[in-house]
Amino acid sequence: MENSQEQILSEVTGSEYKYGFTTDIETELIPAGLNEDIIRMISARKNEPEFMLEFRLKAYRHWKTMEMPRWAHLNIPPIDFQQIIYYAAPKSRPNPKSLDEVDPELLRTFEKLGIPLEEQKQLAGVAVDVVMDSVSVKTTFKETLAELGVIFCSMSEAIREHPDLVKKYLGSVVPYTDNFFASLNSAVFSDGSFCYIPKGVRCPMELSTYFRINAANTGQFERTLIVAEDDSYVSYLEGCTAPMRDEHQLHAAVVEIVALDNAEVKYSTVQNWYPGDKHGQGGIYNFVTKRGICKGDNSKISWTQVETGSAITWKYPSCILKGDNSVGEFYSVAVTNNFQQADTGTKMIHIGKNTRSTIISKGISAGYGQNSYRGLVKVTKNAAGVRNFTQCDSLLLGDKCGAHTFPYLEVENDTAIIEHEATTSKISEDQIFYCNQRGLDNETAVGLIVNGYAREVLNKLPMEFAVEAQKLLQISLEGSVG
Amino acid sequence: MLVIKDLHIAIDGKEIIKGINLEVNAGEIHAIMGPNGSGKSTLASALAGREIFEITKGTVTFKGENLLEMSPEDRARKGLFLGFQYPVEIPGVSMVNFMKTAINEQRKFKGLEPLSASDFLKLMREKQELVGLHAKLTNRSVNEGFSGGEKKRNEIFQMAMLSPDLAILDETDSGLDIDALKVVANGVNKLRTKNNATIVITHYQRLLDYIVPDYVHVLYKGKIVKSSGKELALVLEEKGYDWIKDETE
Ligand SMILES: Nc1ncnc2c1ncn2[C@@H]1O[C@H](COP(=O)(O)OP(=O)(O)OP(=O)(O)O)[C@@H](O)[C@H]1O
Ligand SMILES: [Mg+2]
Repeated sequence: MENSQEQILSEVTGSEYKYGFTTDIETELIPAGLNEDIIRMISARKNEPEFMLEFRLKAYRHWKTMEMPRWAHLNIPPIDFQQIIYYAAPKSRPNPKSLDEVDPELLRTFEKLGIPLEEQKQLAGVAVDVVMDSVSVKTTFKETLAELGVIFCSMSEAIREHPDLVKKYLGSVVPYTDNFFASLNSAVFSDGSFCYIPKGVRCPMELSTYFRINAANTGQFERTLIVAEDDSYVSYLEGCTAPMRDEHQLHAAVVEIVALDNAEVKYSTVQNWYPGDKHGQGGIYNFVTKRGICKGDNSKISWTQVETGSAITWKYPSCILKGDNSVGEFYSVAVTNNFQQADTGTKMIHIGKNTRSTIISKGISAGYGQNSYRGLVKVTKNAAGVRNFTQCDSLLLGDKCGAHTFPYLEVENDTAIIEHEATTSKISEDQIFYCNQRGLDNETAVGLIVNGYAREVLNKLPMEFAVEAQKLLQISLEGSVG
Repeated sequence: MLVIKDLHIAIDGKEIIKGINLEVNAGEIHAIMGPNGSGKSTLASALAGREIFEITKGTVTFKGENLLEMSPEDRARKGLFLGFQYPVEIPGVSMVNFMKTAINEQRKFKGLEPLSASDFLKLMREKQELVGLHAKLTNRSVNEGFSGGEKKRNEIFQMAMLSPDLAILDETDSGLDIDALKVVANGVNKLRTKNNATIVITHYQRLLDYIVPDYVHVLYKGKIVKSSGKELALVLEEKGYDWIKDETE
């Protein structure tokens, strides 16, 4: 019995990573290692104004005083920060005015990844910013969006073209002192996306950024900032992939969201960084700080994440619910297969009155994967009438993997109503056989069961991506069921 | 349709089916009866391809092919259906999605295009009516929170959807009230053609009033110890199994 269960699991979770190819393109690299000169070099390459260099140097000096956090339920091998290359850029022209100026090899790469850069080939209603290694390659539909006053561009461009907005909001949600990886990011971040939705505008397209690591031995440190003015709405999606390499690569991003009165921001992630091979060789170390602030009354921030990639994931998209009646949501599916490890969850900080939050976390572990949910619900003294609902489920495929939950609760106002539910389940051999008997093979059966389990979260994704995410879930578990 | 010769089945090295011969032809209905633990479900599951049951000896052909070499899903796609004695719950997977996947897997196997959404829904509605399955159940997850009787009805519904050549119904009548029993039996009868066959496993003569078998077999300690016409069921109902036990021992 154990044997056939094991066999099913290993069949279904053993498939190859589809995006593991490398692009052969001339890349401009700076020397490996980190010091003030390197930071000056990055800032100079990007023609940044003085205030940015100051920000970076302050962050760097602070980072030097910090130590890598060890509290997560992760086994993190030592990382030599002096061996990493902090800036790598494809050598074609920056800020291409038209596609003719973009290296054809790059176009082919993104075509292969299913992200065509030609606007006419794109999914209607999705604008894309494409970031390869340290720079943004192309942003589509910029002009269309500009007519509404929506700014959607690379972070480098925003720093040059909209310095006042950047100055006002960058680091306002995640200060450069926040944590080890956020400080590192603040010092060396290279590119990312900037979105600004003006007052009263409902952004008519999905805004999306696609991140790709290509160069070897480099880290990717992107920075995303989304500002939604009063009465505005935007839905934003990020996706990411990387080549298969034997060594680990570091990815440490920071995302900040600001929602003002009555604004709503929906942020969705489909994270598919290279997870490493079956034996735990290679894969991305994904250390990410994502935080949004519901600054205005009646505002709403909603995080949805489907995490299938990376060797290690350390990530807690959070909401600071400052405005009265504001709403924070966190919907997550995290898969760990083979030797992947994930420690992920959220923080909901209730400061305003009648603020509400919902947390739905679905962990799926297979192979030797270790999956932890870590979540904090905090209700401050003056936050009356707070409500939180947390549901935290774990699904185990096989008996060598693990699921852990670490819920933290800090409630200083006794009008709060907090609910917490947790379950752990397994896919039983009876369920698989039942599916087999109706004509489904093992992979289809596991895919169906896993997608059923994750449905509540997948339903929150924009339609165009929900199907993609479903397939991804199934693929990332291939070979895990036998 | 199905030819079983000298079949032996073991679990964990312990022999449970100890040499069975059985031939089921198209158009026939066979009933298998027998005391608890005699091996009825074991036989049914092994025919469906459950791996924990090891075939230690014998052969089984299904529509002229070696059944024992096929994967469980291929057996299903080729037209073998098992109505489970204990249908399992699959949370989060809607009946609609489950059935759509099952039907389309079967069609793919036969080289057919997937069913269009509207044809599929039409088929669902038609079969729901046939077996009296409440529409609200098909909107729920597979068997989740279904009552015992609803689960059994759902098995017959799935059978109707997949229209198998050979259906093995393992105690589909247990847990059904008398009205449900009639509806289910009625469904089985309506689905009956001269090209398909059914094996019903049951403890009760009552079911056989509605689904009239051509043959009744008694399974006892892993062997078929008696085979006869439908009147055998009546004798069993009246006298129990003791006289057969006496005869065989
Ligand atoms: N998974 C299993 N592991 C160990 N023994 C099993 C297993 N399944 C069945 N058996 C044993 O095999 C024998 C036959 O069981 P089976 O379920 O086939 O009987 P049955 O005729 O269907 O009984 P019932 O009328 O109660 O449904 C029993 O002794 C049972 O304990
Ligand atoms: Mg039985």
